[in-house]
Amino acid sequence: MLSTIASFINAAIIQGIPLLFGATGEIITEKSGNLNLGIPGIMYIGGISGIIGGYLYEHNNAAPNAFLCILIPFLSSILGSALMALIYSFLTVTLKANQNVTGLALTTFGVGVGNFFGGSLLSFFGESGSISLINTGLAYKTKLPFADSLGLFGKTFLSFGFLAYLAIIIAFVSSYVLSKTRVGLNLRAIGENPATADAAGINVNRYKYLSTIIGGAIAGLGGLYFVMDYTAGAWTNDGFGDRGWLAIAIVIFALWKPKSAILSSFLFGGLYIICVYIPGLSSSAKELIKMLPYLITIVVLVTVSARKKKEHQPPASLGLTYFREER
Amino acid sequence: MGTPAIELKNISKTFGSIKANQNVNLTVNNGEILSLLGENGSGKTTLMNMISGIYFPDEGQIFIDGKEVVIRSPKDAFDHKIGMIHQHFKLVDLFTAAENIVLGLKEEGKYNIKQVAAKVAEISAKYGFDIDPMKKIYEMSVSEKQTVEIIKVLYRGANILILDEPTAVLTPQETQKLFAVLRRMRDDGKAIVIITHKLHEVLSLSDRVSVLRKGEFIGTVKTSETNEDELTEMMVGKKISLNIERSEPENPQDRLVVKNINCQSREGVKILDNISFTAKGGEILGIAGIAGSGQRELLEAIAGLQHLDSGEIIYNNPKTGKTENLRDKTPLQIRELGVRLSFVPEDRLGMGLVGNMDIIDNMMLRSYRKGKSMFLERKKPKSLAEKIINDLEVVTPGATTPVRRLSGGNVQKVLVGREIAAAPTVLMAAYPVRGLDINSSYLIYNLLNEQKKRGVAVIFVGEDLDVLVELCDRIMVIGSGKVTGIVDGRTANKNEIGLLMTKTQGGEENE
Amino acid sequence: MSKKNEAKVREPLFHVAKRNSMVWWKAWLIRGIAIIASLIVCALIIVLLTKQNPFEVYASMFNGSFGSKRKVWILLQNMAILLCISLAVTPAFKMHFWNLGAEGQVLIGALASVACMFYIGDRLPNALLIVIMFVSSLVGGIIWGIIPAYFKAKWNTNESLFTLMMNYIAIQLVSFAIMVWVPSGSSVMGIVNANSKAGWIPDIFGQKYLFNILVVVAVTVLMFVYLKYSKHGYELSVVGESENTARYIGIDVKKVIIRTMVLSGAVCGLAGFLLVSGTNHTISKSLAGGNGFTAIMVSWLAKFNPILMIVTSFLIVFLQRGAGEIATNFRLNESVADILTGVIIFFIIGCEFFINYEIKSTRSKNKEVK
Repeated sequence: MLSTIASFINAAIIQGIPLLFGATGEIITEKSGNLNLGIPGIMYIGGISGIIGGYLYEHNNAAPNAFLCILIPFLSSILGSALMALIYSFLTVTLKANQNVTGLALTTFGVGVGNFFGGSLLSFFGESGSISLINTGLAYKTKLPFADSLGLFGKTFLSFGFLAYLAIIIAFVSSYVLSKTRVGLNLRAIGENPATADAAGINVNRYKYLSTIIGGAIAGLGGLYFVMDYTAGAWTNDGFGDRGWLAIAIVIFALWKPKSAILSSFLFGGLYIICVYIPGLSSSAKELIKMLPYLITIVVLVTVSARKKKEHQPPASLGLTYFREER
Repeated sequence: MGTPAIELKNISKTFGSIKANQNVNLTVNNGEILSLLGENGSGKTTLMNMISGIYFPDEGQIFIDGKEVVIRSPKDAFDHKIGMIHQHFKLVDLFTAAENIVLGLKEEGKYNIKQVAAKVAEISAKYGFDIDPMKKIYEMSVSEKQTVEIIKVLYRGANILILDEPTAVLTPQETQKLFAVLRRMRDDGKAIVIITHKLHEVLSLSDRVSVLRKGEFIGTVKTSETNEDELTEMMVGKKISLNIERSEPENPQDRLVVKNINCQSREGVKILDNISFTAKGGEILGIAGIAGSGQRELLEAIAGLQHLDSGEIIYNNPKTGKTENLRDKTPLQIRELGVRLSFVPEDRLGMGLVGNMDIIDNMMLRSYRKGKSMFLERKKPKSLAEKIINDLEVVTPGATTPVRRLSGGNVQKVLVGREIAAAPTVLMAAYPVRGLDINSSYLIYNLLNEQKKRGVAVIFVGEDLDVLVELCDRIMVIGSGKVTGIVDGRTANKNEIGLLMTKTQGGEENE
Repeated sequence: MSKKNEAKVREPLFHVAKRNSMVWWKAWLIRGIAIIASLIVCALIIVLLTKQNPFEVYASMFNGSFGSKRKVWILLQNMAILLCISLAVTPAFKMHFWNLGAEGQVLIGALASVACMFYIGDRLPNALLIVIMFVSSLVGGIIWGIIPAYFKAKWNTNESLFTLMMNYIAIQLVSFAIMVWVPSGSSVMGIVNANSKAGWIPDIFGQKYLFNILVVVAVTVLMFVYLKYSKHGYELSVVGESENTARYIGIDVKKVIIRTMVLSGAVCGLAGFLLVSGTNHTISKSLAGGNGFTAIMVSWLAKFNPILMIVTSFLIVFLQRGAGEIATNFRLNESVADILTGVIIFFIIGCEFFINYEIKSTRSKNKEVK
């Protein structure tokens, strides 16, 4: 029993990590007033860019170096997702396009790019079959050296690749930056009231660009974690599924707080796979249980809107474009 | 008086086809208070926005301490120690006073909100402010918010302070306090610009006055060497009499009897506190009070837009002689009762009209329900639109122009025209001349007087006491949601009303 | 002199201002240029991927849509469904209600139809069954639309996030139903009533897709009239522009929000019905195929004008079919269609900036002064 629970918690965390990256990235983005519905697409890009980087390196090197196996996909993933977020920022900030439409187009585009290269990368190099980066996957899955020696505790909480810890660190750092620094204060002000932030001498556009790009890059790491650690260097088309939307749900559930997003992500990760751990569940009931994360998010959304506590609302200018000379 | 702190040379700015500023020259010295005087729409705010980096001038030069500078953004303005207090406060509601004060600053060292609070307290002590740095903005009163704005620019070490209509939202007493603070700052060597259109404030506070008219710079005079008449002439161009026609009410009858109405905000604060009054047909009832004292809620309650906790609103129908209680009826139900109630709300483009719709579709707002067909009828609204454009001389390319593109005065003509076209028996107008030039304002006053002569009960919410005492037959004063007094417009004076505005205890109901 | 030059250099080179208005043909010229530019970028992408002559590629794209009678019918059918969903979301958008839940509303409508086919089968006359399916699809779509609308009306609950979540609940419901209906445990539902054809819309003039197309043409006209000439249409535009104005003139805002989402949900449900009864005769999680999201772009690109949506939905479907053809001909992955759709939409939404704003150069102005 205990070991079942432990393995459930372990699995919930594993499922939660990509969600946490996505949610943290989206929180940072939304704090600037940009509702980036392109996050699901960006996470696909984060995954496929990592795959491409890793493939090019592994493919061209007979004896891949573990460190470079990590570094190259890591950097290419960040580059890919940052570029996507740059497209979003350019369209919505500079060209003042509608955020919803831009975001949804970005998701279509990102999922398309992901599945396209996922399905055709090998054929460009005259190979066939499906992508599998064994060395890179192994490198990413490297556990903490002492994890196994700590028994069940170590197995449950310490047996992850480095990206998992990075996700938690990033969430804590984001939380600190948002609530305890000038940069965070300025960013929150932009999300609440861009005209005020502008009048206070803050470069609104630069902040919007940077937070969206940094947020996008972080979200993209969720895709990287999924392909490198969770599936150990393999790509399946649409394998990432709807996790991107789940990440957006967590943003609401965590009330736009990165620290709360950590546990929320693990909770949602747990809900995502809990049906496997409940014995005697019919396959149809499993499908119903998978509904839970979305249902809970709706309940939170409704409760928060009904209670109208100012501190729990979405950033006031979320989804709106800002133009200084609007009159 | 000190050296020039800031000099503007030949500044021009256009918005589309509107020339907001044309070749403006202006100098502000250290250790002086300069009034920037002009009517609404004369370009005062636009000019100051160019100094504070909100707009960028099309032409001209700006000198600070004798050196030419380029101010591209509010940040540049701060770097030149310029601080502007906007009419609409630029504060983040969700933040505390201290957080708002340091917003956007790049100070040395670690961000520490406690140190900020200490420094805020220091500034408050120096100039005599009273503020809690850890209080959130959404919990503050208007004058507290203004204080936060002023401390914000002082905290940044501003030497040049620009205040845009700072007294519009204050009580006379709060205004005096503010003026005392401003004088202390002047004595401290700061250069202060106060944008206003109130002559008595100009005369009591400033050292020099610069006047703008329709975007053009008219001239600068020393306050000690001028008077109200001269300033008015500079401001308006030709000497005009400030008298508004006021006829004797004919056969006034009780049209709307409001009895003991109460309502609360969501937070449980009383917005309307036991308000009772009567509006009579054939007279203009003025409502005076500090902004946000319950004027909006009162009118909205009568119009069926505000839920009341108790009380009655009785309407006497002049045609049928029947009486109806309008309390908690929807606007639709009120109309179905045969009550001809017209309402010119304060927020013209956000409530009275739809900015993105053309004049015809805006006419339809009042009439589209007529008839049983599920389809719209656009013929009558079209002829009404054309009639209003003709009769009220609305400047527009045509009836199919979105009202958002019209100037403020023309927007108001469209709105008032539509409301009067409904042949009302009660006409409520909230701040109907706000932002209008003198000609348009007088046109509106005349329209109200015309309605009064037709026997309409006119309710006029105003902010300019001079106008209220000249236009209205009776003036009801409200403070913090209570009626603090009802006075005769012919005998009342401004000071009396000003005092009533700040009274918090309910006054005698001399009905 | 040097001092002045320094100052000049530090001035912003240009600044952006809102345009008052633009002549309609200029606006369409800009949009046309954007589409051409996007097609050039797409061509570059395709050439990079396939190393083929771009004209050949475009020829095969064209072929994908118009190459044969059958292809034309498929193009029209896909267009009809996309257009139908776009029409569904349009009244909500005009009301500034961001209904991102069309995907779910379509699925629920489809699910209702399939359920009727599954449980009633050939026990009722086909015409009656189809009517029942039609009604239950509409009801399904309405329920899915009305839930977020109710909370939006009551507490102003953020509708874009709400409807987004509703999509996934609908998807899971469909998965659940398939698991219940397909005993083998396979997650694929086969063609329902393949032998009896109960609940199948009969071919008209021997054409399988004609019924759907005619229905959607009718819906297009009705929606155009509803939005432009009906009192309801006027009311929802007022609510969308300003809720305060709506309250002020006595419009019951809550009622309008709910009524409009009933309409939006119903038309989505209709799309679900057409997909099940008219073409697919089965259901899967991906039945709506992302059209619920694509429809948002179709509607937005057409400025919420139902007649223009015929053009924009054609454009999108043409691209998708064309990209599919390229994929087959050049042995590429089908997802290339999504990439191209994305690129083209980026260009079109980007070009709106040049219609709504103008860029003024500060430099040229200074020259004029001298």
